[in-house]
Amino acid sequence: MEQQFDSATLGMWVFLLTEIMFFGGMFCAYMIYRSMYSEAFASTSQYMNPKFGAMNTAVLIVSSLTMALGVRAARMGQQKALQMFLIFTMIFGLAFLVIKGFEYHEHWVDMKVPLFGGHWDYSEAPQFARQAQIMFCFYFFMTGFHALHMVVGVGLMTTILIMARRGVFSKAYFTPVEISGLYWHFVDIVWIFLFPLLYLIGRTKQLI
Amino acid sequence: MHSIPSVRTYVIVWAILTIMTFVTFYVAQINLGQWNVVIALLIAFFKMSLVIFFFMNLKAESPLTKLFAAGGFFWMALLLGQTFIDYVSRNWMPLGKMW
Amino acid sequence: MSTALQDPRVVESPNYLNQEYGWRSWLFTKDHKRIAVLYIISITVMFFIGGLFAGLIRLELLTPQGDLVNSDTYNKFFTMHGIVMVFFFLIPSIPATLGNFFVPMMIGAKDLAFPRINLLSWYIYIAGAIFALAAIVLGGVDTGWTFYTPFSSTYSNTFVITAAVGVFIAGFSSILTGLNFIVTVHKMRAPGMTWGRLPLFVWANYATSLIQVLGTPVVAITLALVGLERAFHIGIFDPAIGGDPILFQHMFWFYSHPAVYIMILPGMGVISELVTCFSRKAVFGYPFIAASSLGIAIIGFLVWGHHMFVTGMSMYASLYFSLLTMLVAVPSAIKVFNWTATMFRGSISFDTPMLYAFGFIGLFTIGGLTGLFLATLGVDVHVTDTYFVVAHFHYVMVGGMVLAYLGGMHFWWPKITGRMYPEGWGRFAALLVFAGFNLTFFPQFITGYLGQPRRYHAYAPEFQVLNVMSSAGASVLGLGYVIPLIYFLWSLKYGPIAGNNPWRAKGLEWETTSPPPTFNFEKTPVVTEEAYAYAGQSTHEKVELT
Repeated sequence: MEQQFDSATLGMWVFLLTEIMFFGGMFCAYMIYRSMYSEAFASTSQYMNPKFGAMNTAVLIVSSLTMALGVRAARMGQQKALQMFLIFTMIFGLAFLVIKGFEYHEHWVDMKVPLFGGHWDYSEAPQFARQAQIMFCFYFFMTGFHALHMVVGVGLMTTILIMARRGVFSKAYFTPVEISGLYWHFVDIVWIFLFPLLYLIGRTKQLI
Repeated sequence: MHSIPSVRTYVIVWAILTIMTFVTFYVAQINLGQWNVVIALLIAFFKMSLVIFFFMNLKAESPLTKLFAAGGFFWMALLLGQTFIDYVSRNWMPLGKMW
Repeated sequence: MSTALQDPRVVESPNYLNQEYGWRSWLFTKDHKRIAVLYIISITVMFFIGGLFAGLIRLELLTPQGDLVNSDTYNKFFTMHGIVMVFFFLIPSIPATLGNFFVPMMIGAKDLAFPRINLLSWYIYIAGAIFALAAIVLGGVDTGWTFYTPFSSTYSNTFVITAAVGVFIAGFSSILTGLNFIVTVHKMRAPGMTWGRLPLFVWANYATSLIQVLGTPVVAITLALVGLERAFHIGIFDPAIGGDPILFQHMFWFYSHPAVYIMILPGMGVISELVTCFSRKAVFGYPFIAASSLGIAIIGFLVWGHHMFVTGMSMYASLYFSLLTMLVAVPSAIKVFNWTATMFRGSISFDTPMLYAFGFIGLFTIGGLTGLFLATLGVDVHVTDTYFVVAHFHYVMVGGMVLAYLGGMHFWWPKITGRMYPEGWGRFAALLVFAGFNLTFFPQFITGYLGQPRRYHAYAPEFQVLNVMSSAGASVLGLGYVIPLIYFLWSLKYGPIAGNNPWRAKGLEWETTSPPPTFNFEKTPVVTEEAYAYAGQSTHEKVELT
């Protein structure tokens, strides 16, 4: 059993390693363009809503706390606590997605969605229009892939919750909770980097 | 299996993380030029370390797991670093433009 | 595979093949050995599809004019050849077949760490292959297997997204296989099987798995970005709105260079097994060969820019990558020297697997040395995008990797199937492959050096003789591939029954029946001897089974 737990945890860490490289590819491309087009990228910051971004960061951090507490409860065999923390984690995860949805809606309204070739209007600063489009592409891809991982995470939590309610877990066996926790924290870490890189770029802005 | 942090530890880590988030937010308002990015990333690295060592319990994991975790970040650095050496050096000497 | 039961002379022991019958027992299996067999069948199919495109290429190149097909169609030929061969044959080949089958056995384990993920890996591979085949059937892709932008992202009118999705999906198969091997080797070795006693085949697959896990996600995201750009007409790699095609190449080659080490390292692992067994001698310099596998894996990530010397990358980056590429040759050379030293004063037999091993060592050396020509900036400027490069990588990938795969298949065929292949035909086919291969690809070094560009459906008339030689060689090579297919299939029904250890080889996989039982060993082995305990050992086995 110990060997299985060790194998499963190592396996999840190796998987997270692949996720680091997956998101890392996007981070790399983003950083290159940002260094190439720093002015254009800076000009996009007025269309980002750092308050939403910071709120989302705080929400995810709390969800990591409840997740960690949930894993701890699983280890100690505390069934009710485990279920409660799982539910809280899911609620915070969903809250994140809802806030993200609001943001995407705002971008749509502002004509800052350069997908499908349309819905893009950068007439306020036309000299940056082309490169800002790249910035917004990255914004949607990076937050989009992140949101996708969040959805998978919520799905994982649902599965774990169902298993917990069926009494599958105990002090001796809680491996799925542990490795789902690792995944959840990783998705949080990705956001910890996305927030400053996407929302807080550029010259000093009046953020409040 | 290995030890797990106490509830108190978790809550303290959470508090630090939340505080650092606000610090990032407010520092971004102050114009420090190029240093804004550096500070924001440094804070992000610090937050990430807290999540990894405490929430993900890497502190209590085997050296092997720690090696894999470190390896992941190192490899991402290899990707970024070696790609950047191209962009950074493109305009160094006229010789480079002869291609 | 049940035909042995029809042979009244044989009472067959329960093994992984006859334990359960029916398509459900195969398609829902968790047994790594059955999954390996599923992979063998799948990649053989993909190999011959890729080979078909190679045949079409060589057919066109019989004449200097582009007269068989137009240039667009020719572009599709070499693209599909590349995509199928690289992503659906070479990358999975040895790890998913021989690796899946033998890594658990070699370490004394019952199965891989995650058997269901192993099966999932195969299904993902099949899904990816379906997309790739769909791209072919729908009309093909013409971007080259390298998908360079902005042609792939904006201008090509072919089924780029379909193909890219196929490759993206297949990448996950590769990642999961690598993940499985890493955890297996760390956590599931039998008592006494220390890292220093692991067969070098296991070391090689372990190093390969590291590359798979670290590199594949980057090509996945890169191709995803190309697909998204193509679908949504946005411009990450489109210069018209400030995108940088060179960035695509950086990200693409970050994976695709280490990918070639994914392809060759398992082959090198096979050669270590073959050379020791057929020289009846312990391997020379075991720690160096093991370390060199890791060395190749790591240094392999530091050299990708050598694919981009003429793209407009900065000269300083080019110097950096050129220098490091010289470095990556060192661990490969260490292996070649160590294999040679292993054979020195050994008792060499020329069975089919050993013929392939000899072929590998010679041809890989040529391929590797010509790689150094290409690493040299000044030379590369002249020979890049010519047939010199094509010849170089075919020497390492076909002369190296495919020969290692065939050698490994012949070596372990009796263990996998319980049947022996016909040795006479085996040697004949090996010689055909060797002769056909050299006839096909050596002329390409010459034409490339003289200036024949790659990826062109026409060429200057003075190259015709060499091209005809090359195409003739391709026919011989093709025959050399078909003959083993035939006799391997033949042997399943008519081949002599192989014993547990027809080669008298060392290694835990030979300590069990041929074919092995479903759970590999009657009891978990306890390992007390070093790897390759050949020369100087008594005939009594020292591996104790508790």
